[in-house]
Amino acid sequence: MRRRRVGVKGLFTGWALLVYLFLYLPIVVVVIFAFNQPTSVPHGTSPCAVDPTRMGNVSVWNGFTSCWFSDALNNPTYVSALKTSIKIAVLNAIIATALGTCAALALARMHKRARVPFDVIVYLTLVVPEIVIAVASLIFFVQAHNNFAPFPTLSWRTILLAHVVFNASLVMLIVRARFVGMGKSLEEAGFDLGSGPFATFRQITLPRLMPAVIAGALLSFTFSFDDYLLSAFLNGPDNTWPLVVFAAVRFGVTPAINAFATMMLMVTVTMIVATGVVLRRGRLQRADGDGRGIGAAIGLG
Amino acid sequence: MGAPVPEPAGPAASPRRRRSFAPRYPGWLTLPSFGYYLVFFLGPLALLVVFSVARQAGFGGVTYTFDTGSFRAVWDPLYFKVFWHTLLMAAAGTLLTIAIGYPVAYWMSRYLTTYKSLALLLVVVPFWTSFLIRTYALKIILDSQGYLAQFFNWTGLTDHFAPLYTWQAIGIGLAYDYLPLLVLPVYASLERMDWSLVEAATDLGAKPFTAFRQITLRLTLPGLITGALLVFIPMTGEYVIPAILGGNSFPFVGTVIGAQFLNALNWPFGAALSIALMLVLSVFVVIYIAFATREEQFGA
Repeated sequence: MRRRRVGVKGLFTGWALLVYLFLYLPIVVVVIFAFNQPTSVPHGTSPCAVDPTRMGNVSVWNGFTSCWFSDALNNPTYVSALKTSIKIAVLNAIIATALGTCAALALARMHKRARVPFDVIVYLTLVVPEIVIAVASLIFFVQAHNNFAPFPTLSWRTILLAHVVFNASLVMLIVRARFVGMGKSLEEAGFDLGSGPFATFRQITLPRLMPAVIAGALLSFTFSFDDYLLSAFLNGPDNTWPLVVFAAVRFGVTPAINAFATMMLMVTVTMIVATGVVLRRGRLQRADGDGRGIGAAIGLG
Repeated sequence: MGAPVPEPAGPAASPRRRRSFAPRYPGWLTLPSFGYYLVFFLGPLALLVVFSVARQAGFGGVTYTFDTGSFRAVWDPLYFKVFWHTLLMAAAGTLLTIAIGYPVAYWMSRYLTTYKSLALLLVVVPFWTSFLIRTYALKIILDSQGYLAQFFNWTGLTDHFAPLYTWQAIGIGLAYDYLPLLVLPVYASLERMDWSLVEAATDLGAKPFTAFRQITLRLTLPGLITGALLVFIPMTGEYVIPAILGGNSFPFVGTVIGAQFLNALNWPFGAALSIALMLVLSVFVVIYIAFATREEQFGA
């Protein structure tokens, strides 16, 4: 009996290792193949100067080169797309964090019935398929601009406005979970000892809430930076990084795509590590009540 | 959609004694985001409904009226087939995700102690990295000239390995991209389970598999169903995976909606398709809420 149990455990461990391989191997392959060469490189030329149609088979390893990174970064289209993406992601993170945090503060201590309509909207923003939000926003922004001059035409601005919807909900859920989880006692103590509502908020509530706020901001940066669908329908003449990568993935075959992808991965992994560090500091990953907020954040992405 | 959760009865529930000496955050703090949702979320959805009953006029233009023609056009065997294929693919993807993910969640919960949270984190991290890049990564792996293809052709299992641009590739892509979403709720329900029940069953003579089927599986079923719907619902609205791994040879509903707006420029029809998709999905969302609520009541 004892022996058999070990066997079963080994079986499960083996399966789990296979699954981790399944999860990570493709990502590793993307990074490795960012350094790949075309099948044949004419003598004396750079591997990246080979015409894309004569690239040969770049799904197998042909030799090492690091030229794709500089090739990608010297391409003005790609660089301007990257700048646009960062601009959108940063502004999105700021606006979404402000909106979401304010709402979370009020909602967490609001009467249950009063917050139902708000909750319904928040869950709708997470449940409605992104493609539906994308086309609805496309219709909306075209009509809004045609009828009311202050609304922007399709451009990076409309992408930003659309990104904020989902990300404000995300920040709201994370901050609210933290706020509810941390209880009232310290705030009550501050109040008891005579500090006013603003002083209490600034000195007690906000510092304790900060890890969740920062985590929300970093996550919403990442989601905006990675988003393809909303950007694809609302971009107008502008281009974002995921759009460039998508076009390259569908139509191109050069390892420059992998170089982009690798750089994009580096940005998101940095963000994830930063989020993780912040969360760990705030001890958010500890108990169920708090973990659920993070779970929701990950889950509903 | 706020699922009714029983509120703890007690002195706190009575409005008169609710006054606590903590700062009260005024309700108007919700107004900025409420206004934002109203304009940039509910506004577009309302306009989508208006467009779905508008009439196509010229190239990309519309006249506002009440015309159910677009919905009648959706009610067509051709589009039934697209919906059916999408639901079928999402169901297949969900089953594949369960087959891959349930044993992993079980392994983490049952056999791990020190590295439990690390193992969970390692499942979740890919979900935070770019969706687009992970899908592209699979495209490289599944390439008919890649190493996996060479391996399969060498073993003689296949003589021409080419899953790319088929429904199989889409299924693998769905499972790959959504795996963390299933593992998390299943793991949570396994963690809440009382393992001594399984021990009691085996002590009383149940075979391990019987104990699993009659106790573990039954107790984690709500979590499993929650997780299954959590992956099934977004899979149904998927756009990127069929585009990259299916090469649009196997259109999803999302693909068809996108094409109406980007290529065909028949916006009313695209709007009607979007609403049809939301109606179909709302059925599953309602089931999901029922199960999520039930799990919250029994599990916690």
